[in-house]
Amino acid sequence: MAKIFAGLSTSHVPAVGVALDLGKTQQPYWQPVFKGYEFAKEWIRHARPDVVILVFNDHATAFSLQMIPTFALGCAAEFKSADEGWGPRPVPVVKGHPELAAHLAQSLILDEFDMTIVNEMDVDHGLTVPLSLVYGQPEAWPCKVIPLAVNVVQYPAPTGNRCLNLGRALRRAVESYPEDLRVMVWGTGGMSHQLQGPRAGLINREFDLRFMDLLVNDPERAAAISHLEYLREAGSEGIELVMWLIMRGALSNEVHELHRFYHVPASNTAIGHLVLENKGN
Amino acid sequence: MREPHDYDDIPGTTVFDAERSRQGYHLNQFCMSLMKPENRERFRANEAAYLAEWPMSEEQRQAVLRRDWNGMIALGGNIYFLAKLFLSDGKSFQQVAAIMTGSTQEAYAQMMLDGGRPAEGNRYLSDWKNRG
Repeated sequence: MAKIFAGLSTSHVPAVGVALDLGKTQQPYWQPVFKGYEFAKEWIRHARPDVVILVFNDHATAFSLQMIPTFALGCAAEFKSADEGWGPRPVPVVKGHPELAAHLAQSLILDEFDMTIVNEMDVDHGLTVPLSLVYGQPEAWPCKVIPLAVNVVQYPAPTGNRCLNLGRALRRAVESYPEDLRVMVWGTGGMSHQLQGPRAGLINREFDLRFMDLLVNDPERAAAISHLEYLREAGSEGIELVMWLIMRGALSNEVHELHRFYHVPASNTAIGHLVLENKGN
Repeated sequence: MREPHDYDDIPGTTVFDAERSRQGYHLNQFCMSLMKPENRERFRANEAAYLAEWPMSEEQRQAVLRRDWNGMIALGGNIYFLAKLFLSDGKSFQQVAAIMTGSTQEAYAQMMLDGGRPAEGNRYLSDWKNRG
């Protein structure tokens, strides 16, 4: 039987990918950012997931305004690194797990989560930056990846509660797959940031740290945070944090917090990162 | 006429909702077209002519030509779509953020290094009433 045993969350700032690709990780500005991921890099070598379900958002790359799926599951055999206008990131092709993805789509839809099924998609920094932060710069990604894209570009994003419940459904779906697979769920995006308008640059450390506390210990309360509160307190792009709740919902009620990292700034954004493991693994 | 929303009283913030998405559809799809190198070339060669091919308002076209980022956002532009335009201009997210806040890039970068713009004093329109 397949099993979800751990999860992690991380911001997916595009400038982090650029810093990594241009070999700037030791520069004073970036060095503290990459240091925050040393734990995860070491941990993942032992945790060795077969499959990562990677929750991210597309940034007007694969999806324009032509179609705006709220939840889209990548069911393809592979996903290329997208050209976001400055050339594709020089990272390995992302290999999917079409059999598990098809099972997840079927199970989730029957569980009343109406996923959009995506059979062709290039993936942007939202998906590849987290892989780079955790796995560095390998020749090939060491795990299969099932992309789960969430609309957070056009308001409203799905509610936090919906995301938490989707995570729970994801867990049921994974656990009904017959093959023995070690599965991890990653939730990406956030933390507080606003990229637009005269209030751009907003950062709210208190909100972010409280969000991490609630996510770990009281996910129902984290799921009850309203869209208005995200917008006002965490900035217009801080609403990406709902994606962390999908990861949390996929884990057991009680989790071990193995690692926490928080740093301001990376470009316009507060970087946050958690590594969580189910209790009783 | 726009419906009132609970998020209308957040200062300096334009929430890209369904109504704005409808208003900005062609503006944003024009930006999206700049993902293709051949379109970028044609746009650079004659911006006004390229814009004329898109069924957007004259106000939207003028905002693009002036690179009036806040203006484009007010007319339904979304920052991730506008990014296609400013990145093809050779500008970064941080440079454009600085412009939108009326700051210099140096001052904006320093504000971020100092912990960013605090939520305190930036939550409600009334917080900004007495700003110069």
